[in-house]
Amino acid sequence: MSIRLTNIAKTFGRTQALEPINLDIHDGELVGLLGPSGSGKTTLLRIIAGLEQADAKPAGRIQFGERDVTQVHVRDRRIGFVFQHYALFRHMTVFDNVAFGLTVMPRKERPSSGEIRARVHRLLEMVQLEDFAKRYPAQLSGGQQQRVSLARALALRPDVLLLDEPFGALDAKVRQELRRWLRHLHDELNFTSVFVTHDQEEALELSDRVVVMSNGRIEQIDTPEALYRAPANRFVFEFLGDVNRLEGDVRDGVLTCGDARLAVSELDDGREELLLRPHELKLADAPSDAAQLPVTVTSISPIGAEVRVELEADWLPAPWLATVRHADFERLAISRGQRLYAIPRRWHRFDDATAKPRQATAA
Amino acid sequence: MITLANITGSAPKRVLPGFGLSLGISLTFVSLMLLLPMTSLFGQLSGISLAEYWRIITDGRVVASYIVTIGAAAVAALVNAAFGLLLAWVLVRYDFPGKRLLDALMDLPFALPTAVAGITLATLYSSNGWMGRLLDPLGIQVAYTWVGIALAMAFTSIPFVVRTVQPVLEDLPNEVDEAALTLGASDATAFRRVILPHLWPALVTGTGLAFVRSLGEFGAIIFIAGNAPYETEITALMIFVRLQEYDYVGASAIASVVLAVSLALLLAINIWQGRFIKRLHGGRG
Repeated sequence: MSIRLTNIAKTFGRTQALEPINLDIHDGELVGLLGPSGSGKTTLLRIIAGLEQADAKPAGRIQFGERDVTQVHVRDRRIGFVFQHYALFRHMTVFDNVAFGLTVMPRKERPSSGEIRARVHRLLEMVQLEDFAKRYPAQLSGGQQQRVSLARALALRPDVLLLDEPFGALDAKVRQELRRWLRHLHDELNFTSVFVTHDQEEALELSDRVVVMSNGRIEQIDTPEALYRAPANRFVFEFLGDVNRLEGDVRDGVLTCGDARLAVSELDDGREELLLRPHELKLADAPSDAAQLPVTVTSISPIGAEVRVELEADWLPAPWLATVRHADFERLAISRGQRLYAIPRRWHRFDDATAKPRQATAA
Repeated sequence: MITLANITGSAPKRVLPGFGLSLGISLTFVSLMLLLPMTSLFGQLSGISLAEYWRIITDGRVVASYIVTIGAAAVAALVNAAFGLLLAWVLVRYDFPGKRLLDALMDLPFALPTAVAGITLATLYSSNGWMGRLLDPLGIQVAYTWVGIALAMAFTSIPFVVRTVQPVLEDLPNEVDEAALTLGASDATAFRRVILPHLWPALVTGTGLAFVRSLGEFGAIIFIAGNAPYETEITALMIFVRLQEYDYVGASAIASVVLAVSLALLLAINIWQGRFIKRLHGGRG
């Protein structure tokens, strides 16, 4: 079931939580709403669910497929909603929680109790909690509770599944596991899902497309690859990962900042700020023709597949971060206090006035 | 390794300080304030035989007063259960001007001397009072009937329900009823199947406390009750009458009945509630 939002806006009192927003979500898509807190992503999700009403002016529209649900009450929208803190019914067993949606159906439409039992057990099997049917929510771990909440939301076979920071309250390992498992479930059952997150890694890993939001606006809608490779503006670029800044004066195609120099033949003369990703920095014993950026290593932390190296220099107002592979790390024998040269493979520049990106690959 | 503490068997030092001292003071206080008066009550009773005790507490007029008291207290408690729940709901779930004032007003029956409440109610509902004048033509008599007794009881015990339900309702996140709505439940179903079960223990406790409080209420009721023998005499009045006649033993005997009923009820509620809470917090139901 596709979702189409037209001109959806929301004000709380005098603050505008959402500027008029248009958004198309395709049938069967898994879309992440990504943004810092206060960006309006949860409000948007709750408006799609019907838990919140969009402003009457401008008159917005919400369509699920061909169905206009703008005025439809949340209980008739046929959505499944998963809350950050699970919102399980604590006085009911796991079974009763999952069966709730089926047991409150009008008597005429309600399946027989045998059928309800069969369906709930299938759902519990799907979330790998068959053995926990008789437990109470308080007897389950956070990850298990969120799986119950997911099974409960799927019990009515909703057209649309909406998840509000579903993994936000869980620890890193469980979160990782549930993420993969949700992706798998989504591909298998083929519903349309929208989830909210403030974790860019989660959004990039899980989504078909990511909607980046800030201050009640949509900044960019794109696939994770496109988003990372071609951010629409500076906000998106900075929000999607760590950023190193290099500010200096450009003259005759060379940017100077203290005793640091970088060849930037593409840029005109004047004051410029360049942005660099940590993984786009190479460390070397000697400067290159294009870049002479002397730095000192101040801290080293090996994290998983790569090593994060913090760099400082008197020409840098804030330390830089570089991620290097273990092989390079060992070859250079990097240690704290060592003096090295940073060589950017690539840099980015955003013109604030037009918000149009420019990128260049350094030689 | 065997240390001196192991040999002498003294308990390892607790992390939280002051356990011995605070428990000691608490127990002393409870003994002086609660247990001592109760003991003297039973001390009074030691002078009479069981048959005599039975005769006093089953005296016709006293039994009639039990029925009036329990009946009126039950009605008052049920009315308070309904309206106390509503008040708590309004105070927790909505924002409106004057909310703080309404919240503070809830404690008024605790703060007001009960005799003042009694006189006020009696004046209001007597046949020439403000309310009495309105209700009289309709054939509804409040003052000097059991309705008046129930009214006075409801007045003095409403805070018990409100103040026990309120914090539990505050703990119940909005998300829980939102979850019920997204699953297709009607407002009524969501309330009945999701919210009410959560509030149930608090509601029963509050109602129980209100009921027990009403059983012993004296000041607020006495002015509005009319105190006609066999009809509108409450048990507390029977105790008072015995005391006026310097019949301390008789007063103690009747008082012991009220005490026993109240204690038994409170204990039963506590045990039942403990079971429910255990389920919510992860013990086996």
